[in-house]
Amino acid sequence: METFQFYSKLDLTILLGRKAKNVPELLESIKSVPDSSIYYHTHKFLQRHHYLSTAPSNDFAYWTGKILNRSLLGERLSSIDIVQFHSLSELRKQLIEIIESHLQITESDITPCPPGNEFHFMASQVFAFPNNYIASNLSELREHLEHISADAIYHHFFDVKLRSDNDENDFSNWFRKIGKPELAEAVKRLDPYAYSLEGLRKRLIVLVRAYDTN
Amino acid sequence: MIQIEDYIPIVGRGTIDELFLLAKRLEGKSIQNINSTAVGGGVAEILTRMLPLIKELGVSARWDVIKGNEKFFQITKKFHNGLHGMPVEISDEEYEIFLSVNKENADELTFGDIVLVHDPQPVALILKREEIGNNWVWRCHIDFSQPDKNIWKFLEQYITRYDSAVFSAPAFARQLPIRQVLISPSIDPLSDKNKDLPESTINSVFERFNIDRGKPIVTQISRFDYLKDPVGVIKAYQLAKKYVDIQLILAGGGATDDPEGPVVMELVQQQAADDKDIHVLFLPNASDIEVNALQRGSTIVLQKSLREGFGLTVSEALWKAKPVIASAVGGIPLQIAHTHSGILTHSIEGTAYWIKQLINDSEQAKQLGINGKAHIQNNFLITRHIKDYLLLFTSLFYNNDIVYF
Repeated sequence: METFQFYSKLDLTILLGRKAKNVPELLESIKSVPDSSIYYHTHKFLQRHHYLSTAPSNDFAYWTGKILNRSLLGERLSSIDIVQFHSLSELRKQLIEIIESHLQITESDITPCPPGNEFHFMASQVFAFPNNYIASNLSELREHLEHISADAIYHHFFDVKLRSDNDENDFSNWFRKIGKPELAEAVKRLDPYAYSLEGLRKRLIVLVRAYDTN
Repeated sequence: MIQIEDYIPIVGRGTIDELFLLAKRLEGKSIQNINSTAVGGGVAEILTRMLPLIKELGVSARWDVIKGNEKFFQITKKFHNGLHGMPVEISDEEYEIFLSVNKENADELTFGDIVLVHDPQPVALILKREEIGNNWVWRCHIDFSQPDKNIWKFLEQYITRYDSAVFSAPAFARQLPIRQVLISPSIDPLSDKNKDLPESTINSVFERFNIDRGKPIVTQISRFDYLKDPVGVIKAYQLAKKYVDIQLILAGGGATDDPEGPVVMELVQQQAADDKDIHVLFLPNASDIEVNALQRGSTIVLQKSLREGFGLTVSEALWKAKPVIASAVGGIPLQIAHTHSGILTHSIEGTAYWIKQLINDSEQAKQLGINGKAHIQNNFLITRHIKDYLLLFTSLFYNNDIVYF
């Protein structure tokens, strides 16, 4: 039987030394920062706030909505389904389109943020490596899910879509391979924004237990 | 002796397993920390806690302290104040003394494969790199958002010779030709300063200081330093006391590299002299249980700094689920989301307002403490800090955005 190898994914935060004080400056930098910065401000945002289930979905939405008080722009950026994108360039394109459309409507909105509240661009250097946890059946997977770090859960659930054209997370993919298509579908349907990472861990464990007939 | 596995009940086994796997990547490399004081202040404190744990993970790590005379530390204190935006004049002779002390230390020290230099005092040790090579990282623990231009110009010529610079908050990053990394400091949940204490221990500490726990207590624990604004704390307390019957504790110690400490403490004692509800406590080094008890026994904890590198006392108080009112400076906004996990203020009046508010609304105060503790649990414990350092050292050997081992 095919085994499930858990991976750890850890990030080092890089400071780019670039900042924005208004929407046009934000847009200019979003167009030119490296992909690792788009990753940081979208995917890493979810990880940093993983103890909250009601956090905004990315840094750009939080800053425009809460700091610049551009509620419509913040809401539109917040509604981007970050984890459905298969590439960071597609995600960047979507961010640019939304901000450009805001600037067209507002005839170049240059109102600055309060001093000291600038948007600081950062990036992630990602380190991924197999860890000590390998599962050969659902019981072992469930046991390992209790112990692996929240970052590892994030990696298998969200990062995988950036690495392949597959629409499925690593768990659903494996469930299908071991003949558990209903479990695969149930996990695939989980709404990542409705849970904190710890909540997602618990939900996964409950689902795996429900389908573990051995 | 605390061991790395003791953290499993707090952060989970998976997190500790990851630290061991990361440490394996550094086999055969020696890592050396260098700073300017062995006791007092946040840097010495975190190194004291972290180094034994890093060694236990299997990494060869050590810590050296540079030697300097009184004049050298007076100059570096001026650097410190100037980098925090205070007006200072530094003469050419003083720059020369700074450099010559660094060169003397560079000649005496033996360097590791990876050299981690903390703060500006030993920054010019990098001159040794031309002779010995190796990997060098400069770790800045102070608020670097508005440094004095002349001091920055002087330091920049040394900082840019390092492989990487590490800052505690995004606002401290600058346009530099070297890579810049964000590593927030952390607290140790198992240290004497942060571990759970029995109520009897808390009571005995308050009794020893003759402080009545029957009346609400507002506390700031910090080094006696102008930048921690102890006089502003007294003013905020006086404004709030018009509406709520409270006591104030101002407690702190000093570091061996801070000659201003006694002067500031004397000023605070003068300001507090006429009020029996103000308790000014000088805590010598090794007063961790006392600090812990004072924080746990407080109703509200303040950190009204004018400038701050990070402000670890905020994390300490939040870890004890205390409502914290703190200035929105340095790394403090990373630790507090305003009205969610604490209160951020910008003035004496604002601080007084929120003291009054939280004393009157104990439910809001309690919820802020609960949320604050969750935030620290997830982002500011020592295990996250160790992970960041191991990643930093590993990153010196990889340039890619994504590294698969």
